[in-house]
Order: sequence, then C-alpha cells, then structure tokens
Amino acid sequence: MNFIKRTLQKFNDALDIKTDSNTLTVIDPITRWQKRDFSELVEYRDLFFLFAWRQIKVMYAQTILGFSWAILKPFVQIVIFTIIFGTVAKVPTEGVPYFLFSCAAIVPWSFISQAISESSQSLITNSGMLGKVYFPRVIFPLTPVFSRLIDFGISMLIVLCAMLYYHVYPTRNLLLFPLFVFTMMLVPTGIGLWLSSLAIRYRDVNHAMVFIIQMLVYTAPIVYSASSIPAKYRYLYSLNPIVGVIEGFRACLLGTPVPWSYIIPGVITSVILIITGAIYFKRMEKIIVDVI
Amino acid sequence: MSNISLSIKAENLGKCYRIGVKENMHDSLAKSIFNFVKSPVKNYQKHRSLYNFDDVIQGAEGNTSDVVWALRDVSFEIKQGEVVGIIGINGAGKSTLLKVLSRITNPTKGYAEIRGKISSLLEVGTGFHPELTGRENIYLNGTILGMRSKEIDRKFDEIVDFSGVEKFIDTPVKRYSSGMKVRLAFAVAAHLEPEILLIDEVLAVGDVRFQKKCLNKMEDVSQHGRTVLFVSHNMQAVTRLCPRTILLGNGTLLADGPSHKIVNLYMDSEKGLKDEREWPDLSEAPGDDVVRLCAVRVRLENGRLTDAVDIRKPVSIEMEYEVLQPKQVLMVYYHVVNEEGLEIFTAIDNDPTWRKRERPVGRYVSTVWIPGNFLSEGILYIGPGIYSLDPYMKHFSFNDAVSFQIIDSLDGDTARADFVGNMNGVIRPMLKWETHYGPRGSHNEEAMATRNKSR
Repeated sequence: MNFIKRTLQKFNDALDIKTDSNTLTVIDPITRWQKRDFSELVEYRDLFFLFAWRQIKVMYAQTILGFSWAILKPFVQIVIFTIIFGTVAKVPTEGVPYFLFSCAAIVPWSFISQAISESSQSLITNSGMLGKVYFPRVIFPLTPVFSRLIDFGISMLIVLCAMLYYHVYPTRNLLLFPLFVFTMMLVPTGIGLWLSSLAIRYRDVNHAMVFIIQMLVYTAPIVYSASSIPAKYRYLYSLNPIVGVIEGFRACLLGTPVPWSYIIPGVITSVILIITGAIYFKRMEKIIVDVI
Repeated sequence: MSNISLSIKAENLGKCYRIGVKENMHDSLAKSIFNFVKSPVKNYQKHRSLYNFDDVIQGAEGNTSDVVWALRDVSFEIKQGEVVGIIGINGAGKSTLLKVLSRITNPTKGYAEIRGKISSLLEVGTGFHPELTGRENIYLNGTILGMRSKEIDRKFDEIVDFSGVEKFIDTPVKRYSSGMKVRLAFAVAAHLEPEILLIDEVLAVGDVRFQKKCLNKMEDVSQHGRTVLFVSHNMQAVTRLCPRTILLGNGTLLADGPSHKIVNLYMDSEKGLKDEREWPDLSEAPGDDVVRLCAVRVRLENGRLTDAVDIRKPVSIEMEYEVLQPKQVLMVYYHVVNEEGLEIFTAIDNDPTWRKRERPVGRYVSTVWIPGNFLSEGILYIGPGIYSLDPYMKHFSFNDAVSFQIIDSLDGDTARADFVGNMNGVIRPMLKWETHYGPRGSHNEEAMATRNKSR
C-alpha cells in the first residue's frame, strides 16, 4: 500500500495540473474522441493506478502460493511444451535448447493471452460499477495490460534461471528488451479495445474467447520457430503482431539476429488495431450502460 | 458573460430506449429450422437496431412505436450553490436524468453544460472489493468517486471516524457486517467535496441513527456553496434540504419551483391521494342488497374537501350509504392504514343514536372526527366498511377508498417542537412536559421539592 501511495505521489507531482474549477463539461449525443477525452485520462490517472493495483492485489488473494503462481503457471506450461514438442515431436529450434527456446516465448505469451482475455472481459465483469459512476471507460480494458506486467516481471525469473543453467549470456541485443516489452504491451491493448467493446454488445465474444486464444497459440511461433514457415508466406505471417514480439524476445534474450522484418509489420498491425479499436470503443462507450 | 454563475444548464435533454420487438412464431418445423439457421443474421440486425436512434432523432415518426422515452425535452438551469430536489414516481425519469448529467449514459437528444467538478453518488460503495481491507477500499472508492489521493490522505482519519469501524480498518471488507460496509461506504461518500454533487436515493440504507448522521452531513455540504441535485422519495428530506424542487413525470419536467409547493403538487397528483370517492351508480357500488356505499369524503372543520391536513387540525371522514332493506342493525367502521400498510386503528361508530337500533330504508351519512395532534405525518388510507352483528355478516369493506396526507408545516408549535429531522412512530400526540431546575450538584429531591413548592 505504501509503495503504491509513494509511486502515485511521485507520479502526481510530476503531472500535477491545476484542476480548473471552471471546467466546462458538455453532455451531448456526439460519439467521437475529443481533446477533452485525452486530458481526462490524465485527470483520472489515480484511478487507473488503483485499478491496476487492485487487480494485482486481488489476483492472488487467499492463495497459499501467492505470487509464486506467476512463476508456476508458465513454468508448468514450459515443461509440458518441452516434453511434447521438444522431446517427443522434436521441433527444430536452430540449436537452442528447447526449454530455453520455449521460455522466451511462453513468458511474453502468457502475458499477452492473460491480458487479452482479462481486457476483453473487463467491461462485463465491472458492469455494476459502469452503471453507477462515471470515469473514462477506457481505463477498464487498459488496466490488465499494466497489472499483468507484474506477473510478467516475476515470470522473467524463469528465463533468467534457464539462461544461467544453459550458460546463455546476454548479448547487446538485450538493450532492446524495453522495446520488446513495449511492443508486447501494444498487442493486448489493441485487441483488448476491440474485444471488450464488441463483448458488451455481442456476448458471442465470451464463447469465442477460448478458441481465439487457442488459435493465437498455434499461429504464433510459440511451440515452433518462425523460420519453419515457408518463405513465401512469411510476409503474411509477419502481420500477426505476436510473431514479432516472440521472435523479438528470443533475439534479445538468446542473442539470435533481430528479426526486424517480423517486428515492423507486427507493430504496424498493433498500432492499426489500437487506433481502430479506440475509435470503435469510443462509439460503444456511450451506449455501454444501456447495452450491458 | 451572464451565465457564468450557472452550474448546470440542460436543454431539451432526451433519452430513449428501444424495447424489444415481439418475435414471430414459427408454425412449422421446416420454418423453425429455417429460422434457426437464419437467426444469427436476425439477431445481429436486432442488436444493431436496438441502439440506433437515427430515425428517432430525425423526427421520422413512422416506425417509432417500439421507442420509449425515459426522458423527453427536459430543460432547466441550476445556479451555482443551489440545492435542488428531484421528485417523481418510479419511472418518471429521475435516475435517468442523473445518469445523463453524470455522463454515465448518453442522451439521445439535446445537450447539457456543466460548469465545475462533478461527482455523482448513485450508489454507496461503488467499486468496493471484498478482498481488500477497509483502508484500501476507502482509497479505491474515494478515487472512483472523483477524489484525488492527496485529498483522501487528508480526510482519511475523518472518514474512518465518521464510519466508526476504526478497529477493523485493516480487515478485508468481506469480513464486515453489511451495516459496517454501508457505514464505511457512506463515510467516504459524505466526505466528497465536488462543486456539483448528484445524489440518488442513497439515504435509504443504513440504520435510522446513521441516516440522520448522513442527513446532517449533507445539510453541512449544501451550506458550503455547493450545487446539489438530490433525487429522493423522502419528501421530508427534500423539503428540508432543498429550497427548490423539480418534479418529473413520464420523462418530462412537470413542475419546477419552491419545494413546499412542488411537493404538495406531487402529493396530490402522483401519490394517488383522493379526498372523495363516489359511486353514482348504486348497482356497481360496494355492498349487497342490504346496504350499499355511495360516497366517502375527507373534510376539514370548515367542510372543505381536502387531501392535505395540517397535523394540528382535526379532520372528518364521512361515509354516505344507502340502506335498501328495512329493520337492519348495522355497524359502521373505518380501517385507517398508513403508508407501510400498517393498520393504525379501526374506528367503529359508537354514536348511541343508531346503536342496536333498526334503521329505516334511506340514505345515511356517518362522520368520524380524527383529532388534531394525534396522528403522525404521512399518508393515511381509509377503508370504510359496514357489518351486521346479529347475524354476523359483512356487507362491504372497501380498502383505500380515500386517502389524505398529514403535514407538519414545521412552525414549531407541534409535537416536533424545534426538531425538523425524521420522526418515527405512527402517532404524534402533544404531551405535557415539565423540566425543573436545581443548582449544580443539588440532589434530585431538592429539585422535586422546588417542584412541589411551585405547585
């Protein structure tokens, strides 16, 4: 609690703008982003951080293992994948030990998949609050993208341990790590904006969620290497933003060449998803309460 | 600019909902299967059309039968520092208006301007999470309601103090009793200090003592130059807290003016108060072939029909009935029931003139007088009835024939004395009180002695 408060304070002081007592709020049927919406996001930053913190705190409340789950969950998956795809199916990994190869993919992947499913459900799970008080609704789908970062940070320990075990030491590619964390966050942001606003209107999204995630697992190079995709399809393949993120993580952690040809199209897709998602979200935002 | 002191300005606000259209029934298996296959497309179109109001906005009155206006052409202006009550029956659009003004939902038509920081309180404890402690929930809830974290730091002790849950402040809220939860939630809400505050019926929670505490706190708030919009069904609270009241009905603004006037208007029109009920056609009137009810009326001392009675004044209830068969011994009575459905008393005609006496055929008027300073404030429903005792037989008993409201104008000469808060109890007699004074430390007996001397 104290840590959060201190961080908030620091953040506040940095951003402090005098709240104008003469703020004029105009209420009308218009549904598009206006300048006011963005300044409002800054105004409501406290709430945003508290929501993210609430989610982290509640996530492992009343569990015995607590934050260890953030390590255990991806670890078990890595072990299973290593046994099935590394030992049994012998998926080629360009000489990298399969366990390590899998680590570098599953850690960002579990962030992405969890953030996506939480984000797309966020408006529905918080529907009670939506009808009772106003704040920028976009806070909800964005919260998981930040709260899940804590899990992500903790589960990076697995990767570190695996690197030490296999004597793989970081190269200067590691400097790109923050960049890949950022591109990783872009993915659930765009998809979350789309799915959350679609889900309030069409609950079909909830039912489809299971195989959306499953499809993403197999279309992204999680169990296999992107290099096993035939060259003529690679351009199309790179449009999947998750491909760039995972191959990027492998490059920066394991020191393989940085695959910009995957990363750049992926980022472009993410940005397009975020922009269109934000536009659609805004259109839906004002009817959320009536629809939910 | 002349409107700089305006807090809220609403112009032609309208909000409509589309009610679902009835689906066609399938009359054959083949059709059902066809429709099942086709249904995704149909569902999609239906979902889309539910929230598309282009046709309504453009004023095409053609296919708009499935549209319900929760709010229609509501315009008003509220000056800075004004405290305004909003009243109306359920479904009048009160909550919708607050939701539109607090930007929870979007208007379909019209627009509103709000000047200043706005907070809405449509519910207490929004965002409370059972797994979080009281302390954490104060921060969370406060922030949701629009407080800055620094502001909460500053008021934290005050909030905890107000809620009275100091001991449990670091316990997860899921272990709280429901009363504690409400108190904590309200404590946060009570410390909101926005420039404009929108409050929905939130006082309906908590025990009476706590309600009073909150009402007092709200009175404080409204005296600090804040603009407050207060939706309530509690007419006492509205008249007490708000100088001005807006009456909504069926989504439109029916009246806007000084609270006591508007509240009276509302009581008359909406609460279904009825000072007179007549049955011109005897064959449809309550009763049997012995006796039938013709009319019931509520009158003041001066004979005027009324549905609003000063608590200090007596009121008469008269029953007009026609006896159709001779040689009947009848017992005439009224049930008097209050708003909660509690029967306060039964008044049986004890006038010796017609007791144990056979009545000739004809028309009778029986009147009972309820004294002033006897019943509590509120609405009373009168149910007249007539029985025969020998043999025992009910001729009629008609609930809610007439109704009226007892009002205390807070002039200070009623049983309330100087108290203006919520007063319980079904009766409110003026009782004799005495207080005797003795110097500090003097024994009770001395005080009693002075008393006896003064007698």
